[in-house]
Amino acid sequence: MSGEPALKYEKVFGRPESLKDNYTHYCPGCGHSIAHRLVAECIDELGLREKTIGVPPVGCAVLAYNYFNFDMIEAPHGRPLALATGIKRTVPDKFVFTYQGDGDLAAIGTAETIHAANRGERISTVFINNAIYGMTGGQMAPTTLLGQEATTTPGGRDARYHGQPIDISRMLAVCDGVVYIERCSLSGVKQIRSAKRAIKKAFRCQLDDLGFALVELLSPCPTNWKMSPKQAWEWVNKVMVNTYPLGVIKDTTGYED
Amino acid sequence: MLGEAAVLAGCRFYAGYPITPQNELPEYLSGRLPQVGGTFIQGESEIASINMIIGATAAGARAMTSSSSPGISLKQEGISYLAGMELPAVIANTMRGGPGLGNIAPSAADYFQATRGGGHGDYRTPVLAPSGCQELAEMTFLAFDIADKYRTPVMILGDGMMGQTMEPVVFPDPIDPKDLPRRDYILDGCKGREPRAIYSMILDINLMYQHNLKLLEKYEQITANETRWDTVGTDGAEIVVVAYGTAARIAESAIEELAGRGPKIGLFRPITLWPFPTKQLRSLSENVSKIAVFEFSAGQMLEDVIMSVGDRAEIYFYGVPGGIVPTPAEVAGFLSSVNSGDGKVGRRIEV
Ligand SMILES: Cc1ncc(C[n+]2csc(CCOP(=O)(O)OP(=O)(O)O)c2C)c(N)n1
Ligand code: SF4
Repeated sequence: MSGEPALKYEKVFGRPESLKDNYTHYCPGCGHSIAHRLVAECIDELGLREKTIGVPPVGCAVLAYNYFNFDMIEAPHGRPLALATGIKRTVPDKFVFTYQGDGDLAAIGTAETIHAANRGERISTVFINNAIYGMTGGQMAPTTLLGQEATTTPGGRDARYHGQPIDISRMLAVCDGVVYIERCSLSGVKQIRSAKRAIKKAFRCQLDDLGFALVELLSPCPTNWKMSPKQAWEWVNKVMVNTYPLGVIKDTTGYED
Repeated sequence: MLGEAAVLAGCRFYAGYPITPQNELPEYLSGRLPQVGGTFIQGESEIASINMIIGATAAGARAMTSSSSPGISLKQEGISYLAGMELPAVIANTMRGGPGLGNIAPSAADYFQATRGGGHGDYRTPVLAPSGCQELAEMTFLAFDIADKYRTPVMILGDGMMGQTMEPVVFPDPIDPKDLPRRDYILDGCKGREPRAIYSMILDINLMYQHNLKLLEKYEQITANETRWDTVGTDGAEIVVVAYGTAARIAESAIEELAGRGPKIGLFRPITLWPFPTKQLRSLSENVSKIAVFEFSAGQMLEDVIMSVGDRAEIYFYGVPGGIVPTPAEVAGFLSSVNSGDGKVGRRIEV
């Protein structure tokens, strides 16, 4: 050995403890895998893993319990927030979050969503808006954009015929039990960082017993949008944000970011 | 009554949506559960309520929901999930007339729904059918015990008449939830252990097959250990009435009215509707000439009686659907027709 100093390695990036070492079934370019990682990082950084109970949806993320490394329970399609209410009221000292797609949260589960939010349940919700039904193969979602082609909107969504896309986050904002709602996106590095900040803030709302908090994430579904991952990012950034503008929708937390 | 019994049985979580004729129960629990550190939630629907129950039981509480017929229809998806996820819970159905919105009169038209699964998939729900307030109190304890022991949803099936009846009751000794055995599958955060997941989706058909076999084995155990029935005066009887719940009480009065006039009549009362006391009714039917089925429906339990009795005895049926409650005198008229074979009240069932 020469007199040169030994190389020192410092770990700067790794798998969050809250993610299991499993391959996911998500398609290349899918927003779900990014969202999973952000949720896991936030739970790790807040030291919540051992007191977390997560409620995934029926949708592409139904198998989330194979990826998250903490307690989880499947909910029937649309019912995560009712089920999470039962958990949180039974074990109020645990950290309870739901992770839901747009069909789950804003179509079949609309009533459960609005009422849990309005009751101000101390639950945090991560809402994946990909403007399509991923799991069932690309049918219209409540959030599908006008003009967007889905397998059940041949020729594109028509307001008169199919109804307008629903902005559930803004609807929820009028409920007094809701303390924080922000819409972010997963299609770009800057956007992803911002999404993580928002998720963490939503989690804090529960820890500080403030009320219900939700983060909506515009999330690419290249497979059912029939785009490449790169095109899908661009579509979120150029088209989807026009219907769903990013930013804080409600914030009564008083937190300084 | 059912509410206090549930609290004494250690129930600490209730969610439900108002529907007549069972509103006394949630109204009572809304004040009572908070007194014992429990939770009452008036859910936004029956669907939300049954899902709150799934969450509460998964987190370790003895949990109950209740409704009446149309509301129970809405809970069926959740009950199927409870069965698939193997989670205990108690569901009380105070039946009313149907189908559709029907009416709020005492009926027993949900026998098929209660005993045949109701929801989707290959599962069974133990169904307890008390016939009076004392039994209802005891059955409430039993329902929670069976639910915990076998990790299954359990249904208490009553009717509007029972809901309105006032009778003195002696409650069993109260259970403190802290004294119940700790369930080793609940979700309470993974501190010091591997994370747990509770789910019912099993995409691998071989694993799903195994899961179904496991459930089947459980249902066989429940059938072997938990089948319950009662008999009154069946020894040496020529005719045996089969009836459950309030109908059984009316039948008992009818039998008393006829006592000393004509042949001896006994009563066979299923207490568990699933598992149905098939074997017990079958062996009884070897020794009687006529079985007389009486129900507040167009003929639902009748099918289980036919499967149990076959052609061992003649089967007669008197069913009054729609919420009409026959008087003991009317049922006595049916029994007289069964005896004479005049066919005036009820009808003979050809097997
Ligand atoms: C009661 C019920 N209805 C319908 C379905 C079928 N289903 C499963 S996932 C889904 C929609 C999923 O879309 P979304 O919630 O947007 O999530 P994504 O798959 O896009 O992530 C539907 C309709 C179901 N499982 N249960
Ligand atoms: S179908 Fe869409 S939402 Fe589902 S995993 Fe694939 S890209 Fe993701």
